[in-house]
Amino acid sequence: MKRRDFLKSTAVFVAGASVSLSALELVDPKEVLASRPELRWGFLVDTHKCVGCGMCVKACKLENDIPYDANVTRTWVERYAMMKNGEVIKDSPKGARDGFTSKLVDQGEAGTRLLRDKDIAQAFFVPKLCNHCTLPACVQVCPVGATYKTADGVVLVDRKWCIGCGYCIMGCPYGVRFFHPVVHTADKCTFCYHRISKGGNTACAQACPFGARTIGNLRDPNDPVAKAVLNERVGILRAEYGTKPNVYYIGLNKEVH
Amino acid sequence: MVEQVAHMMVHGEAWTVKELFVLPNEYVYWSIQIVLYPYMTGLVAGAFVLSSLYHVFGVEKLKEIARFALVFSFALLPVAMMPLLLHLQQPFRGIHVMMTPHFTSAISAFGIVFMTYACIVGSEIWFVYRQFIVESINRLEKKERRGIENMLLPIYKVVSLGARDLSPEALKADHKAVKFLAGLGIPVACFLHGYAGFIFGSVKANALWMTPLMPVIFIMSAVVSGIALCILCYAIFMGLRRWALPRGKTHFLPDHWAGATELTPEGLHSMQDYETKMTSKYLLIFMTLAITLELLDIIFRGYTAVRSWDIVREVIYQRDFFKIFVLQYGFGNALPFIMLLLPGLTTRRACVACVLVLFGVLMMRWNVVIGGQAFSLTFDGFMEYHLPIIPYDMETFKEGLGGALLVAVTPFVIFYFINMIFPAFITDDKAH
Repeated sequence: MKRRDFLKSTAVFVAGASVSLSALELVDPKEVLASRPELRWGFLVDTHKCVGCGMCVKACKLENDIPYDANVTRTWVERYAMMKNGEVIKDSPKGARDGFTSKLVDQGEAGTRLLRDKDIAQAFFVPKLCNHCTLPACVQVCPVGATYKTADGVVLVDRKWCIGCGYCIMGCPYGVRFFHPVVHTADKCTFCYHRISKGGNTACAQACPFGARTIGNLRDPNDPVAKAVLNERVGILRAEYGTKPNVYYIGLNKEVH
Repeated sequence: MVEQVAHMMVHGEAWTVKELFVLPNEYVYWSIQIVLYPYMTGLVAGAFVLSSLYHVFGVEKLKEIARFALVFSFALLPVAMMPLLLHLQQPFRGIHVMMTPHFTSAISAFGIVFMTYACIVGSEIWFVYRQFIVESINRLEKKERRGIENMLLPIYKVVSLGARDLSPEALKADHKAVKFLAGLGIPVACFLHGYAGFIFGSVKANALWMTPLMPVIFIMSAVVSGIALCILCYAIFMGLRRWALPRGKTHFLPDHWAGATELTPEGLHSMQDYETKMTSKYLLIFMTLAITLELLDIIFRGYTAVRSWDIVREVIYQRDFFKIFVLQYGFGNALPFIMLLLPGLTTRRACVACVLVLFGVLMMRWNVVIGGQAFSLTFDGFMEYHLPIIPYDMETFKEGLGGALLVAVTPFVIFYFINMIFPAFITDDKAH
């Protein structure tokens, strides 16, 4: 065989093989089987019901093996105190794991600050967790594809593949990601995927004594969460980043973002 | 007990101090090694661009420093990867970036761009030194070899890849290949580094990083730092060679083994002077471009004053004022700029200016990487980074002063050995 012929037939073979193999990419059998058009997990937080007890944070840490005393958490509760002079004071000591039991506000290096009742115009609590965005920035920036979105809309991290570069932590506009202190890979809320995919509830929603947190299927018109998102005036956090979050809030204030 | 506490220590907690309202998971996750990563790639890219000024555009004045810059760029190359590996929480999985690149991520292309660039630099060096290598083989084979020469001969034989043709046509082909590779290398070098800027500039969650100017700013400051490092090292190594020559310390003069017999201290001195002065002019041009872009960025932020400006302004004009305006712009830009512009430039003054320029670019990387994490996503709190100086575990070593020094020293060690095989200072008129 001449060199020219060899190169020619190689080119023909490679071209032919790539065309037929690209069909597999267009119709990925795994994707077809896994897609679930009838299910899209969403979360509803009713801030009016939250009292800042921190049960959700505790439950989450215990359920998901996040070291109890480590200063990271998959979910947390923020306290907002709007003062009569227009000042807004916020804190979330240890992610509110132990609940808000005093009027002392934790300000890190700036020390603590005691709020007096007569100075406060209004105060409330806002629970936060991963927004499981429709267009997640963390999935976009992961260099190895270790963080991914499931067909039913939950964003997960593959602990066996994560290289621990921290790009997803930097890319998340909500600050929900951190390095797991034991596993040393990126970690975040999974909507308790191991529970909800078996028909269970998330640990935080189950632990909440006041029903401030609910998880549901946004594609099911009879689901309470989907109904609330449709019929009530709900808000989302940091819409300006274009990530299309799926955690909806009732009673969101302009100070919360 | 201690172990248990260390166990509970979250990555980033050891060096982060939080103030006011900062989210519970927020820490300075990207620390000193991520400051060094763009700094080292910048040096690689800058050194290569300097060498290409001669090879592609035929700037004859830069001939001697160009060859040095090329070899030095090659020595810096493996070190560009080092900070990333030292930073990874799972360093052994670093190879995944090559195995399963996820192409929507800016980091995923790193492996490909980096390898392409490494191939270009490697092959360019090969073409530049091919004639020298073949001549060395011929010379060493004939003579009685002593000591290190016994090692050099087999190395040269392998490196030559069996291409021992020294006919005028073959040498002409070498010239052509060098020119082509150097030309191709410029866009790739700019891409390698511009894309390091893209890694930061594309993080939409970070108010300080997100700007399309970031890649361009990074490229300009990269060229500045690369040229400054080449001038400085060229002058220092030439000084070292002048010191070594009369004392017969030939391990500092590998070209001596290569048969360069016409070395004289005076000759070395005049060459050192000439090259540093010439290169300084190019340094000034790129410095002007870099400063212009950086100031444009700050002015634009202040003028448009979007929501994040309140906190970014506080970081730039108050908390980091000393680091940005005094250390980076003052000592790192303005002062060396004046020093290089004043008439009667001496090598010594150029070297001091270059040290300041290098420091300024390092501060710029610091102010971008650490400064970008100096404020919380809530825009209501601040984080301060404290570089771990005395390490007490692997993490505080890797991401502390120790790790930083390790990265800074490695290129010189590599250069010492590469210089023995490819003498960077050989002054052969026939060479490219």
